Amino acid sequence: MSAVVAVIVVGPLVAAMCGLLSSRHEVVRDIITMGSLAVVTGLAAWLLVVVNTDGPVAVRVGGWDPGLGIVLVADLFAALILLVATATILLVELFAIGQRRSAWGADPRLAGPILLVLTGGVVLAILTGDLFTLFVAFELILVSSYVLLTHQGQRGQIRSGMTYVVMNLFASTLFLVGVAFVYSATGTVNLALLAERIPALDDGLRMGIGLWFLVVFGTKAAIFPLFSWLPDSYPTAPTTITAVFAGLLTKIGVYALIRFHVLTGMDALGPVLLVLAGLTMLVGVAGALAQDDVKRILSFHIVSQIGYMLMGLGLFTVAGVAGAILFLVHQIPIKTVLFLVGGMIEVEAGTSALDRVSGLAARRGFIALMFALSALSLAGLPPFSGFVAKLALVDAGIDAVAIPIVVVALVGSILTLLSMAKIWLGVFWGSPVANGAGVPPAGSADLRPAGRRLMSVATATAVTATLAIAVFAGPLWEMSQRAATDLIDPTSYVAEVLG
Amino acid sequence: MSAAVIFAAAALAATGTYLITARTLSRIVLGFSLLGHAAVLALLASGGRAGDAPLANRSATDSMADPLPQALSLTAIVISFGLTLFLLALARREHELTGDDLVEDDLEDRRVAHVHPGADEGAAP
Repeated sequence: MSAVVAVIVVGPLVAAMCGLLSSRHEVVRDIITMGSLAVVTGLAAWLLVVVNTDGPVAVRVGGWDPGLGIVLVADLFAALILLVATATILLVELFAIGQRRSAWGADPRLAGPILLVLTGGVVLAILTGDLFTLFVAFELILVSSYVLLTHQGQRGQIRSGMTYVVMNLFASTLFLVGVAFVYSATGTVNLALLAERIPALDDGLRMGIGLWFLVVFGTKAAIFPLFSWLPDSYPTAPTTITAVFAGLLTKIGVYALIRFHVLTGMDALGPVLLVLAGLTMLVGVAGALAQDDVKRILSFHIVSQIGYMLMGLGLFTVAGVAGAILFLVHQIPIKTVLFLVGGMIEVEAGTSALDRVSGLAARRGFIALMFALSALSLAGLPPFSGFVAKLALVDAGIDAVAIPIVVVALVGSILTLLSMAKIWLGVFWGSPVANGAGVPPAGSADLRPAGRRLMSVATATAVTATLAIAVFAGPLWEMSQRAATDLIDPTSYVAEVLG
Repeated sequence: MSAAVIFAAAALAATGTYLITARTLSRIVLGFSLLGHAAVLALLASGGRAGDAPLANRSATDSMADPLPQALSLTAIVISFGLTLFLLALARREHELTGDDLVEDDLEDRRVAHVHPGADEGAAP
């Protein structure tokens, strides 16, 4: 199994190098990109099956002692998120290949290989077993996201890219100082050893470390009040890139937050997390209601949805953490799909501003259907995946007698539905003639029918995947619960890493 | 020895934080290099007491400095070097596009200023 884990981490990075070297040959590059992503997704699925039956897998890179060297650990939580993340990236790359001929596509020579670097970072962040490698993985993700965000060099991208880079670089520096704190307090950066040593520290020091990393991961995850960089920078990038960012980057921050805080037993931070969760939900959705552009509305929703995962974490019960994990599994594909639909609107209508697009439902019923399915799921209406995930969280909240946060979560859902209705009214209903429709927007002329089909296939597959989450909610919920139990009581994790 | 390292890290962090609040990107770049140095010094200080160079067969095991934070620092230095270069490239592109390297106004602020013209006096550059 250790070879599989190693290939999953190293594979995308090697493929990225090959992709950059073969930048002149489009077909070769596509085969390398799609092929390596497909292989990694397949291996991730296999890893999930193995971990699900046999328990966690730990790999000591270079055979070093876990206190000294890098350890890669795949427990159930990691394997589950790994599969969802890699499958999502695969679908986005398929969409990107379809979209590249239009004016909204990313530069294909760079976007594919850099996306692979980003995949390598995401995979490393999920599988790593120590805090410093987590820092390196975050840097890998961020460096590639800086490049993806600004590689076209347009003015808006440079402007918002700068905010993005400066905010994230500052958080990374704090991360590094945090690693120094943890090392001087405990003498290790290995997560399994930290799970044993941090609970033994005195309360003040433990809370200090917990709050410090709440700020670090909170900036990456865009929780209130550290989210201001996100709605400004994400909408400026090409759709496929925003889709990957929206689906994955903030979620990796949440993943790290859940992993670190639950493993090291930061239960005392629960009330702080719950207050932040409520504020994140409400401020995010209020921001979304005030916007008038599809991509900007969706960007504010990223923030608001982070609040729900934070709520599950803040409860610090098995049901709460399991709810957060299930929400994470639902949120990665659904957010990506919504941005892909936003991209299709942009290709069809030439813009994603609400007041300049209308009547798209009559012309492109398929896009309307895709949007409706994923928007209802985001708002949490039955029978979609969002309903399952939110029900799990609300149930956990009621069990833990945290009624205020449950009320806030439900209000947030209604407001989410309201802002989705705003997009629906603006973009899909109304008279198609009013805005000069029928005239194809400049830039979509070179879009081949094959490219359009590819975009539709990628979006439809992703929507089907989110519907599958709702259908298989039972087994997934059971799996999330086991993953959460292993996180809250890390005996098997620690035994696998140190044993 | 350790106190000197900690004071140096604090001074670097303070100066760095002051610089990254500036509006010109070149100052922000300088600020981040100082902050990076502060973080690396903090990592070094976390290794505890200073000792002999941790080289196998050269120094005695019990008088060695802790090598792990040094390895971590080295990785962090390489990463911050790469990011400094990227920031400089970003500043250069900004200079090409606008003729200076100022961080521009926030988009939302501008739109609010557009709706309420009076609100942006004082914020105007």
